[in-house]
Amino acid sequence: MSFKIVVLAKQVPDTRNVGKDAMKADGTVNRSALPAIFNPEDLHALEQALRIKDRISDAEIYILTMGPPRAAEIIREAMYRGADGGYLITDRKFAGSDTLATSYAISLAVKKLQPHLVVAGRQAIDGDTAQVGPQCAEKLNIPQVTYCEEILEIKEDQLIIKRRLERGIEIVKCKTPLLITVHSSAPTCRPRNAKLLMKYKHARTVSELVEETKDYTEMMTNKPYLRIDEWSVADLDANVDFLGLSGSPTKVKKIENVVLARKDSVTLTPEDKDMDFLMKELIDSHVIG
Amino acid sequence: MENFYKDNPSLKFHLNHHLMEKIIRLKENNFADKDKYDYAFQDFEDALDSYDKVLEIVGEICGETIAPNAESVDHEGPKLINNEVIYARGTQENHETLTKAGLIGMSLPREYGGLNFSMVPYVMAAELVSRADAGFANIWGLQDCAETLHEFASDEIKQEFLPRFNKGATAAMDLTEPDAGSDLQAVQLKATYDEQKNQWFLNGVKRFITNGDADISLVLARTEPGTTDGRGLSLFVYDRKDKALTIRRIENKLGIKGSPTCELVFKDAPAQLVGERRMGLIKYVMSLMNSARLGVGAQSVGIAEAAYREALKYAYEREQFGKPIINYPAVYEMLSVMRAKIDASRSLLYETARYVDIYKSYSFIQEERKLEPEERNDAKHHTRVADALTPLLKLFASEYCNEIASEALQVHGGTGYMKDFPVERLFRDARITNIYEGTSQLQVVAAIRAVGNGAYLKLIREYQEQHVKPEFEYLQHTLIELTDDFEKLSRHVLEAKNNELLDFHARRLVEIAGYIIMGYLLLQDTHRDQQYRKSAEIFIRKAKTECLSRAEFIRSFEEKNMGTYKITWD
Repeated sequence: MSFKIVVLAKQVPDTRNVGKDAMKADGTVNRSALPAIFNPEDLHALEQALRIKDRISDAEIYILTMGPPRAAEIIREAMYRGADGGYLITDRKFAGSDTLATSYAISLAVKKLQPHLVVAGRQAIDGDTAQVGPQCAEKLNIPQVTYCEEILEIKEDQLIIKRRLERGIEIVKCKTPLLITVHSSAPTCRPRNAKLLMKYKHARTVSELVEETKDYTEMMTNKPYLRIDEWSVADLDANVDFLGLSGSPTKVKKIENVVLARKDSVTLTPEDKDMDFLMKELIDSHVIG
Repeated sequence: MENFYKDNPSLKFHLNHHLMEKIIRLKENNFADKDKYDYAFQDFEDALDSYDKVLEIVGEICGETIAPNAESVDHEGPKLINNEVIYARGTQENHETLTKAGLIGMSLPREYGGLNFSMVPYVMAAELVSRADAGFANIWGLQDCAETLHEFASDEIKQEFLPRFNKGATAAMDLTEPDAGSDLQAVQLKATYDEQKNQWFLNGVKRFITNGDADISLVLARTEPGTTDGRGLSLFVYDRKDKALTIRRIENKLGIKGSPTCELVFKDAPAQLVGERRMGLIKYVMSLMNSARLGVGAQSVGIAEAAYREALKYAYEREQFGKPIINYPAVYEMLSVMRAKIDASRSLLYETARYVDIYKSYSFIQEERKLEPEERNDAKHHTRVADALTPLLKLFASEYCNEIASEALQVHGGTGYMKDFPVERLFRDARITNIYEGTSQLQVVAAIRAVGNGAYLKLIREYQEQHVKPEFEYLQHTLIELTDDFEKLSRHVLEAKNNELLDFHARRLVEIAGYIIMGYLLLQDTHRDQQYRKSAEIFIRKAKTECLSRAEFIRSFEEKNMGTYKITWD
């Protein structure tokens, strides 16, 4: 059976090892100070896709990412691990997109690809919203299963999936096409494979080829699998009103630097008065709110 | 993200050696695979870039998987269950990860699923894996057996066995027996040919076999009844699928505990002859041992690097008398000497690997076409130097590894003696390196030939011709003085025409040659990159005192003094 999988992935600044210069004075992330990496949970998502490919010989995996031209790096990274190819959604008109605008663009791209399954990481470490996956599913009008840990059974028209929830697990049966988001408790991604790396290390997008000093013409003709497609607003036939800043209802009102410090310990009783006190404390110290 | 390749610039430094262009061109046979395999290199730059990127994968797996597993593997060790060796959980994970990354069969040609890597990057991978877990490095490193099959076995055997390596097959070389350790000529395991079944069968016992329950085993056996020496021995390949092997036990060892060392009983075990009869020991095992010695060299440098890093970290963290102990001369001298020894032995490691690379490539080219006279001379030269450098490398790297691991533990003080820090494991793991694949004493037996036939002296004089920046000439002068003295000393001992005296002084002479050779290598490294300057200075200063003390011993020694050293057992 043929089975087409699209893995949604994002290149993110590595916020796990944050140094002094990780934030700019205005409180935004200083992307140049942090190395750009493959969002960790998207690697878990890729591994789930690769495991399906291990079981079904003619499954195909394509990476779909949206970002600046250099985000092609993570498409190559995925190809070194076993993905068959990838698409980069890139256009200046996408700049400033929030999760709603992003999921609009991605859902248009997924529609073009017509996969049986879309796999995404639960959330990205730069925004931690966990919204893009679910929003895509809504826009595509397909079912979604979040917090996946393992795919127990695969058929062309149906999947059985194990979800990891706060208080245990849940086994779900769902018809294809569907979208799943993968939890970090799922196995981490396999390593890059030496042969695949040597095969795909010259894979390039058109924008990257323009920057290359070496002549790639012959190589690209002989090895068409090295071409990574780029999709612009026009390629996706997108309505620009739904993109970028104009398509993003999220507005950042204020950014604050919060330093959490331990104060006195307080004993609370399960009474309304104390609960009100706790809520106030948590809001004041920016833990919630 | 820990990456053992990226955090150690010395590896890339050696990977960028100017001889790599020649090495790659020969290994790639002028890029004949270019259009045959989608992962084949297009040209020299492409190859070097691929080496670099693949080593990055190795470095990441070492830093993120193998090293973090090392402690639990050391505690858990392998188990023998129902005549099967079950690796520790960490070992299984390491092996699966490296298999998925396609890092088994690295040096095999692409037609057998390999990466066709030359020795230099392959040895680098071995160094990295050893730094992460020396015991596991044995299991991974036994892919050397694939190289032996590739070199000497028939096409049928190659087709049957070689493609299995890249898919994760493990290997073993079954040489040692209870009465045949250093002296492999005494091997007794019997191979008999059954005319009716048209099949060889093996019967007998093997002992101290690393990874004895491997998928593919190379077995040294006696095929010629009535013979007692090496000329009656042949090499066989045994397939685990035949289940004709009893694993009697797994040894309980001091170190490298993750690596199962087995005692094996072959009972009518079917096996296939590799190459020609009677050539088992004198040709095939000798070649296998040479690459295994290179492997132990890499393993030694890897363990030493790990131990040095532990010691350095501890010396910065540990405060006594109000300041970190790295500030005390007694401690910083220890660490800088460790660093110099590592830089020296690593330089010798990759110098040896380069010579091995070139002569091996010529021998494969020779199978396809006749070598030009110029190439033949070049091949001969590289074979001779590789043969001289291999035992020297094994000797020095493994002895230094022991010294460095011991010093690293010393830097930790009492804490180092406890099981709480990794240094005690490194100390235990180091101890095997100067024993297996030929003890240090046996390396001297091999290396003294290169003193006798002038191979070391010739190589040193070649190094002497290389250009050195004026600011380092004083170091070169020291080495020239030592070389002149080495020439006189060797003549002095050789002219006595007393073999026992030569054996008696052999280690001293070989070591003097080793100090000078490594001194020159560090000088060349410094010429390319200033970061080796300190190590070159420290090492050459040390070389001078070590050589002078040996020279003094030899000069003031008379043949009759040997009697003083002879012990009688009362």
